[in-house]
Formats: sequence, C-alpha cells, structure tokens
Amino acid sequence: MSPTPAEVSSNYLPVLGLAVAAALCACTPLWLGRLWARYFSPGKPGADKLATYECGLESKGDAWIHFKSGYYLYAIIFLIFDVEAVFLLPFAVIFTGLGAGAFVSLLVFLLLLAAGLLWAWRKGILNWAGDPARASFRGELSALPPLD
Amino acid sequence: MMDAGLKSELQKQGVFTTTLESLYNWGRRNSIWPLQFGLACCAIEMIATTMARYDLARFGAEVFRPSPRQADLMIVAGTVTKKMAPQVVRLYNQMAEPKYVIAMGACAISGGPFKQGYNVLKGIDRFIPVDVHIPGCPPRPEALIHAFMTLQQQIAAQELTGPRRPRHLQPELPSEFPVPRYGDHDLVPPKNPDRWTAPAISRSNS
Repeated sequence: MSPTPAEVSSNYLPVLGLAVAAALCACTPLWLGRLWARYFSPGKPGADKLATYECGLESKGDAWIHFKSGYYLYAIIFLIFDVEAVFLLPFAVIFTGLGAGAFVSLLVFLLLLAAGLLWAWRKGILNWAGDPARASFRGELSALPPLD
Repeated sequence: MMDAGLKSELQKQGVFTTTLESLYNWGRRNSIWPLQFGLACCAIEMIATTMARYDLARFGAEVFRPSPRQADLMIVAGTVTKKMAPQVVRLYNQMAEPKYVIAMGACAISGGPFKQGYNVLKGIDRFIPVDVHIPGCPPRPEALIHAFMTLQQQIAAQELTGPRRPRHLQPELPSEFPVPRYGDHDLVPPKNPDRWTAPAISRSNS
C-alpha cells in the first residue's frame, strides 16, 4: 500500500525544519551585522573612498582605450623556433645513427621554417616601432590614434 | 557598568561577565590589519617586526593588506616626501573606518634629519590624525611592537556610546581629509589647518 500524500508530507517535515534552521543560521549573522553597523558603524562615503583605484594615485583617462595588439605576431614567430627545437633535439641525440636521407629531410624542414621567418622579417614584423611603408600587416593598427 | 569588586568576586566563583563594548574592543584590538606599504628604511624594521624573530603575529597584526579597503592601520614607515604625501593621504582616505595611524620614525613624525630639506613633509600629522608616534631613526622592532601595544590600549579604552566616543562612531565627523596637491613651490595647502597648527613660540627676556 502506497503512503497517502499526508503521510509523505509528514515524513518530510523534519527536512523542512532543517531547511528553515539552515536559512536562519545563514541570515542571522548577516542581520546582526547589519544591525550593529546601523548603530555602531556609521557609513562615511566620500569621493576618495568610493574611487575605483586603490594604489593611492588618481586614475586618469578612460579604461576603454585602443592599445597596440602587435605582440601576437611575436608569439606566432616564436612558434617557428619552438617547433624547430622540438624536432632538432631528438634529431641531435641520434644524429650519428642516421643516414643521409634523414639529414636532407631535416635540412628541408629547417629551410621551410627559415623561409617563414625570412618572409615575416621582410614584412617588417620584427620591427616593433613599425616601418609604415613595409608593415602591410599593421595597416589597420597604425591607423589607430597614438597612446599617451 | 558592573562593580569591579563584584566582577572579581563572581570570577572566583567561575562566572565571567563582560560588556558588549569590551568584547567588541577586545576583538578589534587583537585583529589590527596594517596597510602594506613602506616609504623608507623604517619599512625594513617594520618587515623585521613581522618576521619570526619579533613575530608581530602574537598581536594579531601580521596580516598586512595590500589594499586600503581591507586595512585598519596605516604605519607611515619612513620619510614622507612632498611627492608622496598626496598618495599617503589618499590611501588613508580610502581606508574603511575605524582606522588608525602609527607614525614610525623621526621622518614620519617631524621630517627627521631631512626637516630642513625642501622636499620632505615635516610630519604626516600635518594632514592626517596620528594615533601613536614612535621616535627613532629607525625605531627598533621593539619600539614598533610598543606602538602596537599602545594602540591596543587606546582601542580598548574606546567607548561605543556617549559624547566621548571616537571619531569613527560620530557620523558628523569626517572620514576623509583634504588631499594636498603639488603647487609651484610646496604642497597646496602645506598643512591641514584643522589638523595641525604650528606651535606658538613665545619669546621673552625674563
């Protein structure tokens, strides 16, 4: 015989009691703190206290500024050397045991990476300050207003 | 307020009584969190105070906070140059009440050996209220600990109600003090006239 709805609700009554007790445990300290603050901790807001910056200096300008995002190009160029190191190191370890075919294929690999670097170099990517005539990559970047 | 004799009599019987005020002040004076900043060589002594040998943690004050929002105490440890003074005052303004200031060392209390210099503030108490002054150049860690204990005594004596309650409990008294700005030759204003006036020197031949 299945329990009637009344029996189910009475079975779960302690759970309800626990839930209420838990809510009270959470809310009472908050409420007591608020009560204490009302009598013994008068709020004194002010221009300095409500300022966002907290290093002692005044913030100036706007957070919504354009900044040069050119660094990602350096990160991509770094990948060339990264991949090179990953393949060259195991190659060097077993270098004496390899034939001429392996040596040539690795030279081709190096040549491809070097060609990529050379291409980026000629594009003017390695020039941080930027050569406007050659840096076709950064046409949209150099169009931005300069920083302070 | 309970009679002191009755209180000690009850204590002998194992009944401890206290007031909300002393309980509150006990908690506050044993958890003074200083603001983490140093201005000059006094800061080295302040750092030494927090380390194992002098162990400021015994006073509940080892938690140096990097944000003025979380700090209760500003230790002005070192020379306050006129370049730095506005920042120090602004940081003090950004601290939440109740807040306290220890002026550590000769420079912070008076300008010290640089008092005659053109670029050094002759005491931080010209702009913000200082609770404890420590002389010395630099003061030893023991002196800073003594300042902490003095501050703890001051906090323990603070009243929660009544006309003698401290500044932070009086809504009409300010929590922020004017931040000076750089003028052509000096800070403008060179001092906060509400906080500090030059001591009057009376000269007479008698």
